[in-house]
Amino acid sequence: MRSDRHTASPALKIAAIGGLLFLHLPILLIFAYAFTTEEKSYQWPPPGFTLKWFGVAWERPDVWQALTLSLKVGAIATAIALVLGTLAAAAVSRSKFFGREAISLLVILPIALPGIITGIALRSAFSILDIPFSMWTIILGHATFCVVVVYNNAVARFRRTSGSLIEASYDLGADGFQTFRHVILPNIATALLAGGMLAFALSFDEVIVTTFTGGQQSTLPIWMLEELIRPRQRPVTNVVAMIVVLATFLPILAAYYLTRDGDQIAGGGK
Amino acid sequence: MSTATSNSAVLEGRSGITARLSDLFWRRPNLLLILMLSPPLLWLGIIYIGSLLSLLAQSFFSIDEFSGLIVYEFTLSTYKQLLLASNFDIILRTVAMATLVTVASAIIAFPIAYYAARYAHGKWKALFYLGVMLPLWSSYLVKIYAWKLILAKEGILTWGFEQLHLTWLLEGILSLPVIGGNSLSVSYLGTFIVFVYIWLPYMILPTQAALERVPSNLIEAAGDLGATPNQTFRTVLLPLALPGVIAGSIFTFSLTLGDYIIPQIIGSSRLFIGQAVYTQQGTAGNVPLAAAFSVVPILIMAVYLWAAKKKGAFDAL
Repeated sequence: MRSDRHTASPALKIAAIGGLLFLHLPILLIFAYAFTTEEKSYQWPPPGFTLKWFGVAWERPDVWQALTLSLKVGAIATAIALVLGTLAAAAVSRSKFFGREAISLLVILPIALPGIITGIALRSAFSILDIPFSMWTIILGHATFCVVVVYNNAVARFRRTSGSLIEASYDLGADGFQTFRHVILPNIATALLAGGMLAFALSFDEVIVTTFTGGQQSTLPIWMLEELIRPRQRPVTNVVAMIVVLATFLPILAAYYLTRDGDQIAGGGK
Repeated sequence: MSTATSNSAVLEGRSGITARLSDLFWRRPNLLLILMLSPPLLWLGIIYIGSLLSLLAQSFFSIDEFSGLIVYEFTLSTYKQLLLASNFDIILRTVAMATLVTVASAIIAFPIAYYAARYAHGKWKALFYLGVMLPLWSSYLVKIYAWKLILAKEGILTWGFEQLHLTWLLEGILSLPVIGGNSLSVSYLGTFIVFVYIWLPYMILPTQAALERVPSNLIEAAGDLGATPNQTFRTVLLPLALPGVIAGSIFTFSLTLGDYIIPQIIGSSRLFIGQAVYTQQGTAGNVPLAAAFSVVPILIMAVYLWAAKKKGAFDAL
């Protein structure tokens, strides 16, 4: 009898590799378009190649403004998510208490419900409370759905951290804060780093909630969305798109290498 | 960690604020628990659940036809508007699209997940994992933009059909009623392709996880008992992988239900639920109707999740 473990049928191989190509070729196509000389349309094949658009994109103040705002929002939202996510994860994993399941659900809900619902809910709450839209309303929304990635990573790591290490630390005379600083933190540091990077990537890319919680300011995805709906200078959009792809690959690769020796938690859900 | 006190040695109280706090937390573990839980609970409870409830409450209000102002009185008339033909069409269209996208994703995802789970080892395994993770995490808008480039009339797809002398085929597809259009980027077919592309990784990951958990001795036992590889696949592997596929379908279905950007950029001008919510709360200024519209995906997903839980999909997440 043939065991199915050793060789895959050619049809399966083709379907699997074809599927991966389907996932990657469109992204690679962006790279080709960043160098095209064509300005007015999406013509393929490109009539010629040039580096000119990188310079043009570099000179655009609106791109820089959007990028700065995105970085600021991402950094602050990630910081908030790190604190809240770690606290929730520590509480859930250190003891069993009434409503423990409900907390997991509460943390996951902002990402499980469609973004448009989170967005419109926040928007209507802001307008009821007369809160003007600003960078802080964007951050408020981002932090809310970033908590889940930090939480997922931290919960998985806490589960693998042996409780006897913590008990040993107490037995050797350390107090709670010393134990946290010297035993718990080093154990969960890489998980937090990975969770933080994914949270940042999530915030950096978020568009749906941001359209509802941002006022006049535009983050990079909002800038991109406006260019998609009403293109002004297509080649600049191409260049920005390529840079965004490269910029998001790096944290994802880093998060993968930080967590790969454990269970694969990095991508627990976007 | 067990919180049962193990008072092996009674130490003297330590001095210093941190030490005393730490002693207090040791004696009163629930105090620490409350301190740890309150910031995340307050944040999510007040900001998120509060907003959500205020939105849901608005769906029970209505809008005054003449002044355009919201009438703060309990009514179900806004929900009745959902049943108007033009609004109900939007809901049907969105659910149909979500169903088709989910089925197509499951079919495309399965071979990838199957190969990655059962045949790929070492380097190949990492390659498959990253090969799914990188597109999953790449910018959502950039991916949509890439498809705008691909599906444009002057884009690479038209060019490819020309090179293969298959232009007649593309034109034939575009001239089909309903799914066709002027070019792929303004047709339902285009919207469908982009939805499948964007949500595919969400289907691959849980399917792969479920396939990886199928013990290989079950497969061998099926073979030993005389099943052909085909039979083994249909009667052993597929039923065991099904919870994973259902878990993936939660994502593809829910994400398609709520998305409003993809059909706005690539698709015909007919609305989906997400777009309806967006226009109702934005240009139309009818927040109650927008709220009622957004209750629809919540209800559909609640039923879907309940059914998925019965099938054991949550263990596969």
